[in-house]
Amino acid sequence: MTYLDYKVAHTPAGWRKILYLNWPLVFLLAAVSSVGFLMLYSVSGGRPEVWAEPQVERFAVGMVAMIALAFVPIWFWRSISIVTYLVCCGLLLAVDLVGHIGMGAQRWLDLGPVKLQPSELMKIALVLILAAYYDWLDKERTSRPFWVLLPLVLILLPTALVLQQPDLGTSLMLVAGGGIMMFAAGVSLWYFSAVFGAAAGLVFAVLESRGTDWQLLRDYQFRRIDTFLNPGTDPLGAGYNITQAQIALGSGGWSGRGFMQGTQSRLNFLPEKHTDFIFTTLAEEFGFIGAMSLLSLYTLVLAFCLYSALTNRDRFASLLTIGVAGTFFLYFAVNMSMVMGLMPVVGVPLPLVSYGGTQLMILLMAFGIVQSAHVNRPR
Amino acid sequence: MRKSERDVQDSTRSITRRGLMLGGIQAAVIATLGWRLKTMQLDRADEFRMLSDGNSIKMRLLPPARGLIHDRNGVILAGNEQNYRVTITREEAGDVSAVVARLRHLIPMTDTSVAALMAEIGRRSAITPVSVADRLTWDQFASIAVNAPALPGVTPESGLSRSYPRGGDFAHVLGYVGPVSDYDLSRIENPDPVLMLPEFQLGKVGVEAKLESDLRGKAGARRVEVNSAGREMRELSRVEGQQGATVQMTLDAGLQNFARHRLGEESAAAVVMDVNTGDILTIASSPVFDPNKFVRGISSADYTALMNHDHRPLADKTVQGLYPPGSTFKMVTLLAGLESGIINAGTRFYCPGHITVAGRRFHCWSRGGHGSVEALQSLERSCDVYYYELAQRVGIDRIADMARRLGIGVRHDLPMSAVAEGIAPDRAWKRARYDQDWQVGDSINASIGQGFVLASPLQLAIMTARVATGKAVEPRLVRAIDGVAQPVPEWPDLGLDPAHLRVARAGMDAVMNGSRGTAARSRVVAPEWRMAGKTGTSQVRNITAAERARGVIRNDQLPWNRRDHALFVCYAPYEAPRYAVSLVVEHGGGGSAVAAPIARDILLFALAGGLPPLDAYPSGQRGEIEEMRAKLRLDTPEPPKLARVRA
Repeated sequence: MTYLDYKVAHTPAGWRKILYLNWPLVFLLAAVSSVGFLMLYSVSGGRPEVWAEPQVERFAVGMVAMIALAFVPIWFWRSISIVTYLVCCGLLLAVDLVGHIGMGAQRWLDLGPVKLQPSELMKIALVLILAAYYDWLDKERTSRPFWVLLPLVLILLPTALVLQQPDLGTSLMLVAGGGIMMFAAGVSLWYFSAVFGAAAGLVFAVLESRGTDWQLLRDYQFRRIDTFLNPGTDPLGAGYNITQAQIALGSGGWSGRGFMQGTQSRLNFLPEKHTDFIFTTLAEEFGFIGAMSLLSLYTLVLAFCLYSALTNRDRFASLLTIGVAGTFFLYFAVNMSMVMGLMPVVGVPLPLVSYGGTQLMILLMAFGIVQSAHVNRPR
Repeated sequence: MRKSERDVQDSTRSITRRGLMLGGIQAAVIATLGWRLKTMQLDRADEFRMLSDGNSIKMRLLPPARGLIHDRNGVILAGNEQNYRVTITREEAGDVSAVVARLRHLIPMTDTSVAALMAEIGRRSAITPVSVADRLTWDQFASIAVNAPALPGVTPESGLSRSYPRGGDFAHVLGYVGPVSDYDLSRIENPDPVLMLPEFQLGKVGVEAKLESDLRGKAGARRVEVNSAGREMRELSRVEGQQGATVQMTLDAGLQNFARHRLGEESAAAVVMDVNTGDILTIASSPVFDPNKFVRGISSADYTALMNHDHRPLADKTVQGLYPPGSTFKMVTLLAGLESGIINAGTRFYCPGHITVAGRRFHCWSRGGHGSVEALQSLERSCDVYYYELAQRVGIDRIADMARRLGIGVRHDLPMSAVAEGIAPDRAWKRARYDQDWQVGDSINASIGQGFVLASPLQLAIMTARVATGKAVEPRLVRAIDGVAQPVPEWPDLGLDPAHLRVARAGMDAVMNGSRGTAARSRVVAPEWRMAGKTGTSQVRNITAAERARGVIRNDQLPWNRRDHALFVCYAPYEAPRYAVSLVVEHGGGGSAVAAPIARDILLFALAGGLPPLDAYPSGQRGEIEEMRAKLRLDTPEPPKLARVRA
């Protein structure tokens, strides 16, 4: 469908659009973010200027950006999807080059006032281009090998660039996010079975490669796998993060130790307590009730997105909505699995809650596009 | 590419199907997460809660304040003082050398001590506080506290430390405390955990060690929350410790101080004992050392000086020192003779100046001899031959038995370190010790307190008290613990014939007040303090025949450590005895010339409860006494004022 197909009379225009926003989603996102402010205040030991206040400021900016993006007609996003994709690839390349010149893992570009993390942008750009691709593609060709190969290249190119940084977590997120898009677009389930089989083989190959000349992962990445498989063997060394996180989480009990009373996080037993491990503090201080509440909020976000996607007759818009929601889902599911010991430690933040400007603002802007899809849906 | 309406509907259906599948998968994952939360937070919560508390809550002991030690009048002999110290923690300090350089402006530190400190900081972990300086003045302490912002990682701390306000006066009897060593711990079964505290002080010797269990008190505890680095974040609860018991000694700080100064720098020992109760009022060994130095950690230079001093300041001569008692032993031999019935008070022996027994010649101290001597005169003039004759008739076993009844060769139970037993030799002892037969010459030597006989100054004081009272008085050092008076036992009777005791006492009276008494010069003229005593001069070597031939027998011509020991025992008042004094001056020379005047001054000070009036002394000596007193730098404590209750 192109913009010519819109029944313009049925689409709200001008300021009236604000009435057609997916308001429950707006409030849900605000609620999740507020949980983040609360937890950041707690882990900073009651000093809001450290993490909570900057987070609130960025949230405010992000919210305004989200609503502004909602006003943009949906066809605009489809039109610029190729450009965004190429720009993001260029940025990723730039990061790799800068990181090569600088030292160690380089994941952001220093653009004066802001530090831009192109891999975060890429997640959304990938969703956009894949949504546009499957909107453009004829339905019968969706599962033909060539037309499956093309999106695979679109996914693997940025993945390879991110893996160079090296950032294993984000590259896996890109692959999984792309996979969700292809799944939603209706690519034959046989392909997915084949990929899962190949993945199992790859895991085997990676583990076998350890210690050889063609070692596929860095040593620290191998150690992360070791500690995931058996954190108890080295509770003060590499397994420390996992063990302490689980102690914090488990000691929360039903109702937790109370706001600002979490001994594990307040006494620095927890690593990365304001970023990747912030969920443990929530679980320690507010217990099962608090942790389940956050999980429910996340589930509601997914539910509203899914409902919006399924009721939208524009293929691009619904694929886009499913893609953004899927990325969001991947974030929190991977993060929670990690701190609960269901997955190895990979650096994935808890969406909207963990401290981090790029992550928060890009997510809110992505939801802005989702809102745009919602507001401008054909009626 | 334009699409038909059918196409759109088709794709919408496809998305709906795949979207629902996706939603189902996501729901399954979320359910897994929720289930995992439930198992961890609900099913295993207790297990994790325990791990968490173990992580963050630690018990920290609070060292109890050590019990005070008072003298019999309430003067503090051992107390606790605030010790202001400063520690530094590397992790918080950052640039340690810059912080130490700033500290040097506030507290005096030498280059070597700074170098030692830097080495220590480097050795310890980054979060362990290292002691920078100890025993700061309040001003230094306050200046560090005020400048705290410029001194990151520097913590001013205050704690209690033992102090001995009477300095060296009670160094030997009370001993001292010190940090707990590995050796100390190895000797204690099940050591109290408070001993592991780095700043904890343990009684090392003397009363401090023997009454450790009373003085230590009970440790308090703090529950603190610590972070992952082990640093304290806050205190959760606090149970204060219980201070150790206050121990009141029988000692008299004023008298002890006088005795110490009167002994001066001599290598000497003095014991003052209440003959009726057994209370030890003074137990002074000279020279003294400052126990406070040991508490603070004595420098090796100071310690070497103490160790190499030929007067052995670290030894407690009153209970550890064993000396041949010399003529002060003659009361023992005399009473053994009288009790055996072999002699009576009137039995006479002739003293020609020496006797020859088994081919060996034994000399009397008086080369010319004392002529015909009876019991009372034998003590008054200290005739040796009388006792040689007596010993041959009475036999060593009776003499040794009497010595033990009077407290020599017996261990007396006092809370002091290394209390010596002494030797009251007899046949069995020599057989066991040397696997030899007892010789008559051994009896002759023992009769005048030479040869194998060894006694400590404490035992000589006990002997004197027992002769003075006829009761088996035992020494007492502790008067009350925590305000509970230690009962004075009813001392049992020695079972000696009072008439025989009267002979010995009359002899001791004659030593001082008789016309030919060996210590007549040291008599007391005040009738209410009439004094009885006995001199002793014990050889520490045998005079060789060659020396005798050359005539080199005068003491002051010999090197110090080969001169005779000067001894004196006495008690007063003669009619109603109150105090017994024993006094030994190592290598001092004659008992009458050296020991007796000192013993008299100490005994009079005890009787008068301070410096006695000069008219207690014979008129000719008063100027001399005054002169001597002027040189003494006494520090007589003011006993604490007790609230007077008016009826």
